[in-house]
Amino acid sequence: MQPAFSVIFLTTLIGMGQGLFLALYTGQVYFVLNVVDKTSTDIFYSIGSAVSLALLVLGLVASIFHLGRPERAWRAASMWRTSWLSREVIVLPTVMGLIFLYGLVHFMGWNLTVMTIGAVVIDLSLLIGLLATIAVFSLFIATGMIYACLKFLQEWHSPLTVINYILLGSVSGFTLATLIAAYKQPELIPFFAGWSIVLLILAFIFRGASLIRNKRLRPKSTVQTAIGIRHNQIKQKSMGFMGGSVNTRDFFHGKTAFFLRSIKTIFIIMVFAIPLTMLIMALIKPSVVVLAIATASMYVGLLAERWYFFAEGNHPQNIYYQAIA
Amino acid sequence: MTQLALVIDLNVCVGCHACVTSCKEWNTSGSAGALSDDNPYGKDPTGTFFNRVQTYEVGQFPKTETVHFPKSCLHCEDPPCVPVCPTGASYKRKEDGIVLVDYDKCIGCRYCSWACPYGAREIDEHQKVMKKCTLCVDRLYDENLPEEERKPACVMACPTSARIYGDVHDPDSEVSVAIREQGGYQLMPEWGTKPSNHYLPRRKNHVSYKRDELERVDNPLKKEDYQVDASEPSLDDVTSW
Ligand code: SF4
Ligand code: SF4
Repeated sequence: MQPAFSVIFLTTLIGMGQGLFLALYTGQVYFVLNVVDKTSTDIFYSIGSAVSLALLVLGLVASIFHLGRPERAWRAASMWRTSWLSREVIVLPTVMGLIFLYGLVHFMGWNLTVMTIGAVVIDLSLLIGLLATIAVFSLFIATGMIYACLKFLQEWHSPLTVINYILLGSVSGFTLATLIAAYKQPELIPFFAGWSIVLLILAFIFRGASLIRNKRLRPKSTVQTAIGIRHNQIKQKSMGFMGGSVNTRDFFHGKTAFFLRSIKTIFIIMVFAIPLTMLIMALIKPSVVVLAIATASMYVGLLAERWYFFAEGNHPQNIYYQAIA
Repeated sequence: MTQLALVIDLNVCVGCHACVTSCKEWNTSGSAGALSDDNPYGKDPTGTFFNRVQTYEVGQFPKTETVHFPKSCLHCEDPPCVPVCPTGASYKRKEDGIVLVDYDKCIGCRYCSWACPYGAREIDEHQKVMKKCTLCVDRLYDENLPEEERKPACVMACPTSARIYGDVHDPDSEVSVAIREQGGYQLMPEWGTKPSNHYLPRRKNHVSYKRDELERVDNPLKKEDYQVDASEPSLDDVTSW
C-alpha cells in the first residue's frame, strides 16, 4: 500500500496518548494497592492526562487530512454494527472525554471516596480511570482491526496486528510517562522505566513475530486467479491506460526493496535499541535528557514503523496494474 | 431475488475499448456530475473510470494468445467493500443486487477501495468521493428510454456482443444460460466475495475421432464383400459440385 502520512500520524499519536494514559492509571492503581510505597500527587496525573489528551487531539486533527469530505465526518459514526472504522470514530471521542474527566478530577483534587475494600480506598478518579482504560483498549482494538479485518491484505490479516498496535502504543506512552515523571515526580522513574522496558521487550517479540510471519507469506491471489486463466505463463501487456490512476498511486509504495529494508532497520534501532539503552541508563542514573532522547527516538521510530507497516501490505489489486502500454 | 450483472465473453472481446469510452461518456454526463479527467491530452493524464480493458499475453512465443480483459466492479454478492464503510454510503441494493455509493454521504476515506480486492473503486479526485461502476442504474429503469436501451452503456456499445447483461439469479436468463453452458467463472474466488459478474473463457472447438469412426461399421456393402476402392472417385466426389 501507499502509506498515507495522515494515517501514520493518527495511529502513532493516539497510540502514544492511549499508552500514556494506561501508564498513569497503572501507576495510580499500584499506589492505591500499595504495591509501590510512593505517594503521588494529583498534579502529576493532571499534567499527564493533559499531555495524553493533547496527543489524541493532534491525532484527530491528522486524521481529518485523510478525508476527502471532512465536513461530513459525523456520518462516520453510523455504521458501527459492521465497520471497525466507524467503531473507532465513536470510541476515540469517548476516550478523549473520559481522559479529560480523569485529569479534571485529579486537577480539582476531588477525592470522592466511592467505596472502601478493606484498607483500599476506591475514589472517583479510580472509577473514571477504569472506564477510560476499557475505552482505551477498545480504541486499540478498533484501530488494529481496521487493518486486521481486511482478509486479502494478508500481511495485516492477523491478531499480531492488533497486539502490535496495543504494545507499541503502550510502550511509547509508558516511555513518555517516564519522561514526565522525570520532570514532576522523579521518584516514579524506576516504576515507569521498569514497565517501559518490560513492554519494550514484549513489543519487540511480537513485532518481530509479525515481520517473520510476513516474510514467509505466500500471496493467495495470482494473475491466474485474477483473470481466471489456467496457464503458468501469463504476462500483462497493458493495464488499460498510459497515465496513472488511483489504482497505481494508492496501492503501492513505489520504493525499492532496499529502501524498505532500510526503513525496517531504522525502526528497529529507533523504536527498540536506542530507547532500551536510554531507559536502562535512566534506571541507573535518572536524567531528563536521556529520557527525552528515549521518547523522541521512539516516536520518530514509530513513524518509520508505521510507514513500513503500510508499505508492507500487498494489495491483490496490484496484480491488475503491472504493465503500461 | 434479482442480481443484475454482466457476463463478459473473453472469447470474443477484441480489446477495442468501446465499452470504456461509452461508459465514461455516459457516466460523466449524468446527474452525479462529471467524472474527473485531468490532462486528458497532456502529460500524465489521469482520471476516474468505471471500466478498464486490459491486455494479457498467455503462453510463450510462438504459442501465445492475446487476451483482452475488461474489468469493472463485479457487484459481488458478498461485497467486502460494503460492511467496512463507516457512513453507510456504500450499499448493496436489495431489489437488484447492484452495489452503489451514495455520493452525498461518502466522506472520501478510501477504506472501501482498500477492501475491494479487484481495484474496482476509483476515488474522484475533484468531488472527493468514491466512485465505481453503477451498472448504469440510471439507464436500467428509465422509462424515457426505449425498452431495448434500458441496459448498461457498455453493453450497448460492444461491437462484438462480448458483454451480456441480465439477472444471474434467474436460471433461464441469457446470462445464466451462458454461465452454465459456456463455462462462466468468477474472478479471485479465493476471497469468497462471490462476484456477480462472470467471465466466459476462451473456447476452441476440437473434434476428436478415431480412424475406425470414419468407416461405417455396419456398412451394408461389407456384407456383400464389396471393397470400396478409395482411389476411384465416389458418387459424392462427382456430384458435390
Ligand atoms: S468488485 Fe469490489 S467494489 Fe465491486 S462489489 Fe466487489 S468488492 Fe465491492
Ligand atoms: S470512501 Fe466513502 S464509500 Fe468508501 S468507505 Fe469511505 S465513506 Fe464509505
